[in-house]
Amino acid sequence: MERIYADRKYIIIGFFLLIGLFYIARLFYVQIMVDKYILSANNNVLRYVTQYPARGLVFDRTGKLLVYNEAAYDLMVIPRQVKNPDTMALCHLIGIDKAEFINRLKKARNFSPYRPSIFEAQITRDSYGFLEEKLFLFQGFFVQSRTLRKYTYPVAAHTFGYIGEAGPDVIEKNSYYRPGDYIGISGIEKSYEEILRGKKGMKIRVFDVLNRDKGSFREGKYDTTSMAGTDLYSSLDAELQQYGEKLMTNKKGSIVAIEPQSGELLCVVSSPSYDPNLLAGNIRKKNYTLLLQDTVYVPLFNRALMAMYPPGSTFKLVDALVGQQEGVLTPQTRYGCPGGFPLGNGKKVGCHPHPSPLDLIGAIQISCNSYFCRVFKSIIDNRFYPSTRKAYESWRKEVMSFGFGKRLGIDIPGELNGNIPTPAYYDKYHGVNRWRSMTIISLGIGQGEIGITPIQLANLAAVISNKGWYYAPHIIRAIGRKDSLNMAYSTKHIVLVDPRYFDVVIEGMADVVTGGTGTIAKIDSITMCGKTGTAQNPHGKNHSIFIAFAPISNPKIAIAVVCENAGYGAAWAAPIASLMIEKYLNHSVKRKDLEDRMINGNLINGKLPESERGQGNILPD
Amino acid sequence: MREDKGIFYRIDWVLVGIYLTLVIIGWLNIYAAVFNENHHHIADLTQKYGKQMAFIIAAILLALGTLIIDPKFFSQFAWFIYGFFLFMLVIVIFSGREVAGSKGWFAIAGFGIQPAEFAKMATVLALAKYLGTLDVSISRFRSLVTASAIILFPAIIVLLQHDTGSAIVFLALVIVFYRAGLTGFIPLAFIVLPVLGVLALLIPKLMLVAVLLVLAGGFYFYSNQKLRTIVLISAVFLGSVGFVFSIDYSVKHILEPHQRNRIHVLLGQNFDLKGAGYNVNQSLIAIGSGRFFGKGFLQGTQTKYNFVPEQSTDFIFCTVGEEWGFLGSSILVLLYLGLFTRIILLAERQRSRFSRFYGYGVASILFFHFAINIGMTLGLMPVIGIPLPFVSYGGSSLWAFTVLLFIFIRQDSYRYELV
Repeated sequence: MERIYADRKYIIIGFFLLIGLFYIARLFYVQIMVDKYILSANNNVLRYVTQYPARGLVFDRTGKLLVYNEAAYDLMVIPRQVKNPDTMALCHLIGIDKAEFINRLKKARNFSPYRPSIFEAQITRDSYGFLEEKLFLFQGFFVQSRTLRKYTYPVAAHTFGYIGEAGPDVIEKNSYYRPGDYIGISGIEKSYEEILRGKKGMKIRVFDVLNRDKGSFREGKYDTTSMAGTDLYSSLDAELQQYGEKLMTNKKGSIVAIEPQSGELLCVVSSPSYDPNLLAGNIRKKNYTLLLQDTVYVPLFNRALMAMYPPGSTFKLVDALVGQQEGVLTPQTRYGCPGGFPLGNGKKVGCHPHPSPLDLIGAIQISCNSYFCRVFKSIIDNRFYPSTRKAYESWRKEVMSFGFGKRLGIDIPGELNGNIPTPAYYDKYHGVNRWRSMTIISLGIGQGEIGITPIQLANLAAVISNKGWYYAPHIIRAIGRKDSLNMAYSTKHIVLVDPRYFDVVIEGMADVVTGGTGTIAKIDSITMCGKTGTAQNPHGKNHSIFIAFAPISNPKIAIAVVCENAGYGAAWAAPIASLMIEKYLNHSVKRKDLEDRMINGNLINGKLPESERGQGNILPD
Repeated sequence: MREDKGIFYRIDWVLVGIYLTLVIIGWLNIYAAVFNENHHHIADLTQKYGKQMAFIIAAILLALGTLIIDPKFFSQFAWFIYGFFLFMLVIVIFSGREVAGSKGWFAIAGFGIQPAEFAKMATVLALAKYLGTLDVSISRFRSLVTASAIILFPAIIVLLQHDTGSAIVFLALVIVFYRAGLTGFIPLAFIVLPVLGVLALLIPKLMLVAVLLVLAGGFYFYSNQKLRTIVLISAVFLGSVGFVFSIDYSVKHILEPHQRNRIHVLLGQNFDLKGAGYNVNQSLIAIGSGRFFGKGFLQGTQTKYNFVPEQSTDFIFCTVGEEWGFLGSSILVLLYLGLFTRIILLAERQRSRFSRFYGYGVASILFFHFAINIGMTLGLMPVIGIPLPFVSYGGSSLWAFTVLLFIFIRQDSYRYELV
């Protein structure tokens, strides 16, 4: 019966042959037509050995070497090749226990049994000496040379930043980085990463099936050589930075000094700090955790760029400049001070006893609260503007032209905006347009919602010394060659206050030091301009603030000092600023008593002795 | 003593020759796949190639044993053998050992025995027996149901062992149905439906429906345009559309994520080379790097580095592709095609219906394994773990395939006596 279906054998055989021939066609395509698979196969056998270039060096403004490299070694392991190792001996050499050894080997095996992975990272040259002699005993282990960051001076940790292994997120976004590569994570290591890192090289080695090195691939035709990173010339003065950190011992706060004509940062001190060598090499992870857990000193926090303070009386200088620009204030304007500025509800903004009435210079010199409350009130109530809001917007625009309330764009990552409140902010708090000059009067004396970073304060000093302009502060003055210029910082920012209004303010600042609130800062050989400030702090004692520049005729340094919870501006910030200026301009400090008192003052966990408050020349501001 | 002289005189040496060649190719490639410089000895029983050597010797003894048994035994005891292995399949679910997620193994003297491999042989015997019965005609609905049940029983039990791959193999026997006179529509559907399913996932559904509509229109236009034809065309059209939508729905809503992933990998829509696509990609790399002549015996790098998983079992063809190149792999494919064609031709010369259907069953099972296994290594078929007959590492599969083939060789050698 089924004989009639015998011809179906042809269909069935035909179907078998069709599939078989289709597979042969597919084989032809996969094995002969396309190259994709043979290339991938090569990738499985060729080993790409990365040549890590030395990172660029960093010098200070006088040519001193600040950051350099030291040879370090990564101990690598190929798990498949590890055979009966003398575990204890190896553990002893690199200082781990057996459990850790097994754990690391397992981790490496999980990554790949055939490819090398890092077993112990960044072994220093000293430890490597011992390891090298015995390495032949440990089959499957070899070393790959790396470089380790080293710092000549244990200072400016926040500015230098640190490097670490590139994380998965970075590797995903940037094809340059591979697992195990290093990348700048903070500071200039981060902001100048692409300049400092140089270019990795690649040597391609052929390995046979037993994983024996068979030499370079095609006589090194496809190898690339590494290129060392480019050196950076910093504007930092290492001596000054070191001196500043010394002065800030046991104090919370910052010192920022700028060369006014160029915007170059001479020092950026954030205290408490740490030795940058702590975050280099294989000790980084451990030390980083320790630093991170220190909630008393918070050493990783870069106060110079990230701490916001009300500027206190230093902001009166801005009032004086904006008031003149707005036409509501002349150098001759006099206001009386009945011991404070009445707020109309029985309360008042207090002021300390001083002669009255005062003109503008006298008001700066004595730092009269009443005077500058009136100046601020006349700016906001200016009839020229149709509303309080418009007047405030004009004030805000001029204030922000000094670099407040926005990032200055410096080349150290992490900078914060600071805060000059928007009209919308007051709308939200008091109702739309339901706020008046008296509502926000505390802005006039640099208190209230205003927030300014130390670097912005130093920039204010630079702006005044330049009579109305600034270059954005920056820490790297030249890239690659010492005499080149960092072109990213060649834009001159002009402040919205006419240069002619600055002279009177500068004169007032000079008087602050010669016979005002900041006489403690006086240096006999140098004519200095300064302004004290005391920032009210709802969490504790006031912050002591001082800004200054010197010499008056041809300013070389503009500086801001903030000492947290240290009282009046004249108590700590002014003398520290003065010592810094003396150090920078005269290269040596003659006032050893003052210097000792500043260095030894402990404002973090030591109690401030009463006697320190009784110094005759410390005046409230 | 005519029979004694006859056994070796009348057996088909072409089939035996192909069989031996495949077994040797298999052993050489298993040796290459697991080659390790510390273990040179080819009979080292701690190594897979040593074990496979033992398996081969046992397989040859099994083949000889099969050739000695009276050929009538297989048709007479077909139902008994079928029943026995069905019973074993059920037993193994409860007392078996779990290997790689499927519970289909007996542990006997340190070796794993997988009854599912032998059940294929038993099922082919039973099916041939049933279809060989004089009054059975597959074109009758009753017979079709019975024949289908013979196939589906073991398939379902194997499915319960979580061995999807082996279960699907039983469906290959639909080729035997076709030869027995089943309308061509059903085997055709076995080919058309997967194609339609793939298209349902690859191209927009509405476009596919439009294409089907045009096809239906075309058939209508060229048909005799009688009512019966119109109803048939409409039914097929609606069935296809329903199938397209149900495939889409089940992939999106019913399948487990890892199964969905495998489907996407197969369709080239997923390039997750570390995950589900890893095996296939590494397999293609190994085969592709073989080029025309291959890298030579033991010179493969991909296989040696264990880049390809399941190198000696399901992915053994990678080693062939890498070390023997296009030349070697094509010859292997042609050997298989020769084997299948030879079996079909021999089946057709049988006078006994049992022997003929048995031959078709053998060819179907072997072909299905070949098509799925090599298709999988070439990225053309889903990753279903079934062995390449006679070549893949493993005792059970080698023995079962050997017995499967040699029963046929035995039947063929006796074709004049069997009616």
